[in-house]
Amino acid sequence: MTTYNSDTLFKEFKPQIEQTSRSWFIWFGFFICCFIFGVVGFIRQLTGGHIVTGMRDNVVWGVYIVNFIFFMGISYAGALISGVLHLFRTGWRKPIIRMVELITVISLVIGPVFILFCVGRFERIPYLFIYPRIQSPIMWDVIAILTDLVGCIIFVYLSYIEDLALLRDRSSELKIPKWRKKLYKWFSLGYKSTPSQVKRLIFSRNIMAAMIIAIAIIVYSVLAWIFGVTLQPGWHSTIFGPYFVIAAVYSGTGVLIIVMYLFRRMNHLENYIKKQHFVNIAVLLFIIGAFYGYFTFADYLTKWYGSVKMDKELIDKLFKDYYWEFIVANYVGVLVPMIIIAFPKLRTINNITIGAIITIFALWMNRYLIVVPTLETPYLPIQDIRPDWVKYKATWVEWSLTLAGVSVYFILFMIASKLAPIISISEMVHQDHKHVPDEPVQIL
Amino acid sequence: MEDTNKDKPNSRRKFLQLGLGLGAVSVATAVAGKALAAGPEGGEKSAPSASGEKVKVLTTDGKVVEVDAAQLSLAKASGKFVSPSESHIGIPGRKFVMVIDLSKCKNARKCIEACQEGHYLPKDHEWMKVFLMQDANTTAPYWFPKPCFHCDNPLCVSVCPVGATYKRSDGIVLVDTDRCIGCKFCMTGCPYSARVFNWNKPEVEYPSDMKYSPERAVPQKEGTVGKCVFCADKLRKGELPRCVAACPMGVLYFGDILEDSVTNGTETVRFSELIRNRAGYRHLENLGNMPSVYYLPPVDRQFPVDSGYDDLKPELKERFKNIPYIKNTKLKKP
Ligand code: SF4
Repeated sequence: MTTYNSDTLFKEFKPQIEQTSRSWFIWFGFFICCFIFGVVGFIRQLTGGHIVTGMRDNVVWGVYIVNFIFFMGISYAGALISGVLHLFRTGWRKPIIRMVELITVISLVIGPVFILFCVGRFERIPYLFIYPRIQSPIMWDVIAILTDLVGCIIFVYLSYIEDLALLRDRSSELKIPKWRKKLYKWFSLGYKSTPSQVKRLIFSRNIMAAMIIAIAIIVYSVLAWIFGVTLQPGWHSTIFGPYFVIAAVYSGTGVLIIVMYLFRRMNHLENYIKKQHFVNIAVLLFIIGAFYGYFTFADYLTKWYGSVKMDKELIDKLFKDYYWEFIVANYVGVLVPMIIIAFPKLRTINNITIGAIITIFALWMNRYLIVVPTLETPYLPIQDIRPDWVKYKATWVEWSLTLAGVSVYFILFMIASKLAPIISISEMVHQDHKHVPDEPVQIL
Repeated sequence: MEDTNKDKPNSRRKFLQLGLGLGAVSVATAVAGKALAAGPEGGEKSAPSASGEKVKVLTTDGKVVEVDAAQLSLAKASGKFVSPSESHIGIPGRKFVMVIDLSKCKNARKCIEACQEGHYLPKDHEWMKVFLMQDANTTAPYWFPKPCFHCDNPLCVSVCPVGATYKRSDGIVLVDTDRCIGCKFCMTGCPYSARVFNWNKPEVEYPSDMKYSPERAVPQKEGTVGKCVFCADKLRKGELPRCVAACPMGVLYFGDILEDSVTNGTETVRFSELIRNRAGYRHLENLGNMPSVYYLPPVDRQFPVDSGYDDLKPELKERFKNIPYIKNTKLKKP
């Protein structure tokens, strides 16, 4: 069992926040370029109207909504995982907990932006607050997401305070610009680790951890109900709330593995993030993957077995027009990661990361298959000869904004990892209980 | 467009003027002439001299009475501008209903054209659509005109986050494009595909003095939804919706369910009797949206289905290429 003290950790992580490597700048520049491409796409959409997207009268929601669900899902997963890890005092959480928390906040900032791209008149978004109608599930979502945003920011901020105070106290040793030192000073809120401050901080963090678990579940269910309350075949399903929550945690766990992998390599954290961390998270991925597979199966089986006309049409479409997408989303996306994790021989860090990438890709596809084919199967047949009216195909504008969303995700992560160490020093130093080992426990 | 009615016999227009314009006035006094003169504009006018032309009208209690034509015209409301906020209030004492007789439709598409002209819609925006339906391979195909159903339990209204779409006391569901944020939730909510989105700026010329009212829904705005409005502007004036007036086959009946009467322009019938005798039904009743549009089943057809297909332009024919009947009879190579 290793005990860490803040002095050695500070010294070790100091270079990471002081210096920026060449490759960091190269990647940063690359993501900025992607972002600019997105801006071009957005300007095109503003000037040309929504006709430049692939959305048409039947498929009125496309890749934008898919991205929205996807990013929100990752965020809720982050909230759930960090809340649970925190509350249960899981010893091995310490080196990775900050990454989970960052996942929560960063995805939560990006997700809702896709709604702005999707609505026809985004300058009228304030109407949501001027003329709100609480009967509408969109309003539920607005309230839920705002609550979630506030809750998550508080939760993550609380976890930062101790580190910020440490950086403030030792800022004379840091070779960083003045404004950053000032930032540490302001945001550490005069935290001095007095016993009463410590007590209050621990208390608030526990409360927030419990709260964001509840909020995450509620909020993602509300998002699912946007689809569930309509009468569309494939959406009108009672299972959607829990199904979305599980799918969210599945994709979020995958993202966590990838983030761990990247930071481990970039910041040389091999001593902290060990193989066992990957394996433990992978076990989590395995369990949730099993649930996700089960929910998916249950949902499609009941639709397929009966013979309701619209359900049948939808299933036929999924197996005909979307055959490969369906296989990737619901077979490959479940079975491959599970097989990798199930066999100890396959369970290497690289393999687990590959499994996680497959998970994320499959889950994005899963959301696509929830949104688009349903809209292509309306109750009244589509009798139209314009091909784009019959079948949805995202245009470059939509892809450019998707790419921009992903790059902003990386950009924010890169910035966040420069502002404070990506491994929480205070978390590493604290002793939860005497008997909890800090080394990861071997689950499998 | 405004004068689609001109070439039709006078009487049916007059029917609606009494029916729609003076609904609140009790019939017994209405025929007395004096009270009739108190039109919706209020204020009493001296009764005009009789024209001699008598018009038959159906009263709310089901009696047919004769009224002088000259008196009737007084009931006509002015084409007063109805602002978006005023458009929330339905025409008092009314509950509009449409009945579509599927046995008479031959896909003449006159309703669509009249609608597009009257609401200044681009050619690819069809608020009224005519589908060729064939419910199963073994069942008969039929033409199926479909406006907005103006449901009594409208999901589009429930889901709108800003109240841009609303249900009025007279049954009409309208969209205020000044309020609509374009979230398209109503479009996914509507199971009848009644709504059309303005993906770009509508490429049509509007009269310069046109002021926007949700009742006529002109002009349409980019990034918002549009849909059939039952021609609420026409109803205010006591006239029939444009599609009803334009249909040469008399397929579309329009009227008031409280008055229990509907007319297709040439004949006026009791709504309840029509539905009872002809086994009227509503489309997709199982969804529980309770449409205000009823259908009469396509029995004893007046035209073969082919008559609506054969004269179509090729691009319109294209639309129906997946219908089994068309596939088997028209597209099969000999
Ligand atoms: S698209 Fe407009 S009318 Fe439809 S739900 Fe959204 S805001 Fe309401």
